[in-house]
Amino acid sequence: MDEKRIVLYINQFFGQIGGEDMAHIEPQSHDKPIGPGVGLSNLLPKNCTIVGTIICGDSYFNENLEEASATVGKMIKDFNPDLVIAGPAFNAGRYGMACGTVGKIAHDMGIPAVSGMYIENPGVESYRQYLYIVETTNSAAGMRTALPAIAKLAGKVVNGEPMGTPTEEGYLSRGIRKNVFAEKRGSDRAVDMLLKKLAGEEFETEYPIPLFDRVEPAAAIPELSKVTVALVTSGGIVPKGNPDRIEASSASHYGKYSIEGLEGLTSEGFQTAHGGYDPVYANEAPNRVMPVDALRALEKEGKIGKLFPYFYATVGNGTSVANAVKFATEIAHELVNEGVQAVILTST
Amino acid sequence: MVKEIERAGIAVVHICTVTPISLTVGANRIVPAVAIPHPLGNPKLSEKEEFSLRKKLVEKALSALATPVSEQTVFED
Repeated sequence: MDEKRIVLYINQFFGQIGGEDMAHIEPQSHDKPIGPGVGLSNLLPKNCTIVGTIICGDSYFNENLEEASATVGKMIKDFNPDLVIAGPAFNAGRYGMACGTVGKIAHDMGIPAVSGMYIENPGVESYRQYLYIVETTNSAAGMRTALPAIAKLAGKVVNGEPMGTPTEEGYLSRGIRKNVFAEKRGSDRAVDMLLKKLAGEEFETEYPIPLFDRVEPAAAIPELSKVTVALVTSGGIVPKGNPDRIEASSASHYGKYSIEGLEGLTSEGFQTAHGGYDPVYANEAPNRVMPVDALRALEKEGKIGKLFPYFYATVGNGTSVANAVKFATEIAHELVNEGVQAVILTST
Repeated sequence: MVKEIERAGIAVVHICTVTPISLTVGANRIVPAVAIPHPLGNPKLSEKEEFSLRKKLVEKALSALATPVSEQTVFED
């Protein structure tokens, strides 16, 4: 078989540069496998070589999407690869968005790409059509199972072997329809499925109904000067010491904190509990995430009727969609009962 | 979270830096923020300038709440 060249894209953490304090670094290119690339090299088919690794900080990539894309695109091109592997990103949101974007960049250059993500990673929903995404666990603890799966799929893709369905191959559905010859005609298959269903047996639908969960935009508020506005954040702002012990990632609960009589949030009184971004700036001035000072000023100017005397906070870092839905449903219920008509939700 | 609050009938505006994620999770009114670790601030500015930047962003969020929208809308400058 021909020799195949593979380029790996990873973030600052897996690139062994640093944690959140290094999430701002610009793309850099190395001509050898790094981090997960070392393990992947041993798992890939013999004719595949990881010729380069591109590393970029998660915050830099997401805050500078256009520049980062252009630079990473050029770096990929310079390696002249047959395939790009990005991640795996597990349930890291910014990393998943970056890996997805890298997949799209490669796709636009006519190069196939493979990544690995947890199904709730926002990168899946946004970029699944552009690359193969192997389904992984929600944390890097699943690296040991993710790498062999990625290597296997990557080998198939780069060597042009026939690709099976998402279920057969272990990647997340890309929403692509492919014509195949079936042994039985549609009506036969439908009756077979119905019989299985009636008998309470397992069956697999040939066309899962897509789930579109969208909420209609609420009506605009004509007179904000007459309404109570509440603040909610997924940025983890909590009273100093984090009294409710909200987890730094995968939060299991949220907090409700009084801001009655406060002109703003000070570093003496508040901090962030979030483990997914560099906490220095939020700890220095929590108003940078939860803008109590600005809302208070606008309340005084009469631009809003009233600032609700409590804010709600949780940590949106690998937190499951199910938990986020639960928190927000409870918060919304309370706010409706309190007559709050508008919410400003901030995210980091 | 944005979606569940809106589902309850409360108008909500999402201030965030990574707007593509906000679009994916289904926010309808989105105001782009400054940076991931300081969405409503900029440590490079003086305290006064930073407050005025923050206030402007919040005012933009309020004007988004006052604007009728029929689909997901990112309120760019």
